[in-house]
Amino acid sequence: MPVTSDLLRLATAGSVDDGKSTLIGRLLHDAKAILADQFDDLRGRDGELDLSRLTDGLRAEREQGITIDVAYRYFATPRRSFILADTPGHVQYTRNMVTGASTADLAIVLVDARSGVVEQTRRHAFIASLLGIPHLVVAVNKMDLVDYSEEAFDAVVRDFSGFRSQLAVRDTAFVPLSALRGDNVVEPSEAMPWYGGVPLLEYLETVEIEADRNLDELRFPVQYVIRDGSGDYRGYAGQVAGGLLRPGDEVLVLPSERVTTVASVDSYEGPLDVAFPPMSVTVRLTDELDVSRGDLICRPGDRPALARDLVADVCWMADAPLRPGGRYAIKHATHSARAIVESIDGRLDVTSLEREPGPAELALNDIGRVRLRTSKPLAFDPYARNRFTGSFILIDEATNDTVGAGMITAP
Amino acid sequence: MKLTHLQILEAEAIHVMREVAAELERPVLLFSGGKDSIVLLRLAEKAFRPARFPFPLMHVDTGHNFPEVIAFRDRRVAELGERLIVASVQDSIDAGRVVEETGPRASRNRLQTTTLLDAIAEHGFDAAFGGARRDEERARAKERIMSFRDDFGGWDPKAQRPELWNIYNGRIRKGEHVRVFPLSNWTELDVWEYIEAEDLEVPSIYFAHEREVFRRDGMLYAVSPHVQFIDGEQAFLESVRYRTVGDMSCTGAVASTALALSDVVAEIAATTITERGETRADDKVSEAAMEDRKVAGYF
Repeated sequence: MPVTSDLLRLATAGSVDDGKSTLIGRLLHDAKAILADQFDDLRGRDGELDLSRLTDGLRAEREQGITIDVAYRYFATPRRSFILADTPGHVQYTRNMVTGASTADLAIVLVDARSGVVEQTRRHAFIASLLGIPHLVVAVNKMDLVDYSEEAFDAVVRDFSGFRSQLAVRDTAFVPLSALRGDNVVEPSEAMPWYGGVPLLEYLETVEIEADRNLDELRFPVQYVIRDGSGDYRGYAGQVAGGLLRPGDEVLVLPSERVTTVASVDSYEGPLDVAFPPMSVTVRLTDELDVSRGDLICRPGDRPALARDLVADVCWMADAPLRPGGRYAIKHATHSARAIVESIDGRLDVTSLEREPGPAELALNDIGRVRLRTSKPLAFDPYARNRFTGSFILIDEATNDTVGAGMITAP
Repeated sequence: MKLTHLQILEAEAIHVMREVAAELERPVLLFSGGKDSIVLLRLAEKAFRPARFPFPLMHVDTGHNFPEVIAFRDRRVAELGERLIVASVQDSIDAGRVVEETGPRASRNRLQTTTLLDAIAEHGFDAAFGGARRDEERARAKERIMSFRDDFGGWDPKAQRPELWNIYNGRIRKGEHVRVFPLSNWTELDVWEYIEAEDLEVPSIYFAHEREVFRRDGMLYAVSPHVQFIDGEQAFLESVRYRTVGDMSCTGAVASTALALSDVVAEIAATTITERGETRADDKVSEAAMEDRKVAGYF
C-alpha cells in the first residue's frame, strides 16, 4: 500500500558563486511564486536586480552579501507543493545546512560546469547523505558558459560517480542546466539535445518519495496524554513515526514492556481505520496502563533497541567543543533525559570523506562518531531505518542552547 | 493511502502544539480574529479535543480594530467555550507605558509590542502561539517554528537555536519565553484552502462589501474615527475586501467582488502581489521594518 504525497521538501546548498540564487530565482519565477512587489524588492538601493535578496532576508545577510541562516521559500505547481530550505554553503555554516537538510526529502547540490566537482560538492553531497536525504539532484549549472558541452557534463557525472558509493542516498539524478538562461530548469533546453532526461522542475514534480517512509515498523512516540474533564476519555496523542497503526493491533509499550491492544485510533473527525506517518492522532488502549510522554508504542514482533548506550554521528553546533565526559540534556523523539559523552571514536573529514580516529574533541561544525550513555533507557532505531526514532538533539544545560544533532548508528 | 499537502501541514502543526503543551508550563494562544489565528484555533481543537485547550487565548486589542472582527472574536471564543484574555493598548496608554503617536499617519501598531510583553509578564506566560507564516515576509522566512525570546522579549536573528527534524527545544529560564508558529510552513493560499476545506467561519470583512474608503500611498483605507485625512484625500464608496486583519489605521483593503470562500481562494491563487505588500503600511517603513519590530518583541 503506497503512501503518496503531494508535498516535497527540498534543500539547496551552495554559495552565490554557484548560481544558487539564480537557480532558486528561476524556479520561483517560472513557477510564478515571486509576486510583483517581491520582484520590485529584489532591486537594491543601486537599482540592480539582486536575486540573493530572495532568500537573504536578514539585515546582516544583505549587508554582508552572504547567506547565514536557512531561509524557507514556498511554491506550488499543479502537481505538487514545495517547501524549499535554502541553506548556506560555506563550511563555517555547516550547522545551518544540517538544520535545513534534516527534514528534506531531496537535496539539490549545485555544480559550476566550468569548475566541475570540487571539494564543496563532495561536502554538500556527503552532508545530504549523512542526514538521510533519500534523493539527490546534482544540478550542473552554467552550461551556457561551456557551450552546452556534453563532455563537460559527462565529466561531472564521472567525477561524482567516483565517490557515489560512499553515499547512502537512494538515487542521484544529474541535470545539465543554465539557471540564468532557463535551460532545463522549467522548460527543456533546445541547446542540449544530447540530454535525455527531464528538466529540473519536472524531476521535482515526479520523483517518487512514497517509498521513503518506513511503513513496516510501527513507531508511535507518546507525546501527550489527553483526558477530558469527566475522566471518561484517556488517549495518547502523538505523531506516527513509522509503520501502520490500526484498531485491534496488539502493541508493546516501552519501556514498561507491557503488551496491550489498540482500542481505537482517534482524530477530530472521528475514529480512523488506520494511521501512518506523519499523521498526528490519538490512541486509546484496551488496558489501563501507566503510559506517559516519552514512552514508545510498537508491535511486539519488531521492537526498537531499548538501551542506555548508543553510538551516533553528531554534528556539533556550539563554540564550546564536545569532549569526553561532557554532560548534556538529550531530547530523542518525545523523550528527554541526560547524556554523558563516553568517547569520541572518530571525526569525519567532510571533504575527503575519511574518518580521523580518536580526536580529542569536536569543534563547531565538526561531525564525529560519538559514544553516549543516557540517564534513562531510550527506545531507538538506527537513523538509516527511521529518521524520527533515530535522531536526537543535545542541549547545553547551562545555556539551554541546542548544541548537537545526533544520528544514531548503533546501540 | 494518500495525504494531501494540507494534511501533512496540519499534522506538523498539531505536533508542534502538543509539544508546547507538554514541555512548557504556561502557554497562551494569540487570537486576533484574523484568518491565520482562526486556523490555529481549529488546529488546537484537533490537537486537544475532547479535552479543553491546555492554555487560554489572548487578544492584544489596539482599540482600532474593525468592529466586525471584535464581534466575531467574541462569538468564536464563546462557541469554543475557552477563556479569552484581552490585553488592551488603551490601558497601556492610560497607564503611561506607551505614548500615543500623533498626526494623520498615527498608528498603534508599534505600541502593541509593549502591551503584548507586559501581558506575557503579568500572566507569567512562557510560550505564545502566533499565526505568523514564513511566506509573509523575509525576516519571518528566517525564523524558527519555536523561536526563543530573551528576558526583554527580544528576538536575536543571529543566535537562533538550530531546529532539526521535528524535535523542538523549548528550554528556557524564568522570564524568558518562546514564540511558537505552527503555521510557519503554510502559505496564504494554504490557509484559505484549509478554511474552505474545514468550512471555518471568518469575519465578514474578508468578503467583498461596500465600504467608505479613501486612497493613500496607493492603498485603500477605511474611513474611521481612527484616521484623519491629509489634504486632498476624499472618501468614496467601493466594493472591497480585506486580505489581512490589522488596525483600521494601517490595514488596506483591496477592490474585490469575492462573495464566497471559493471566490477568495480563486482570487488569492491568481494574485500578483503579496498580502503584506498589498495591505500593510506597517511593513513599508523601512527595508527591515519587520526584523526590527521582531527584535523588539513584536509578534
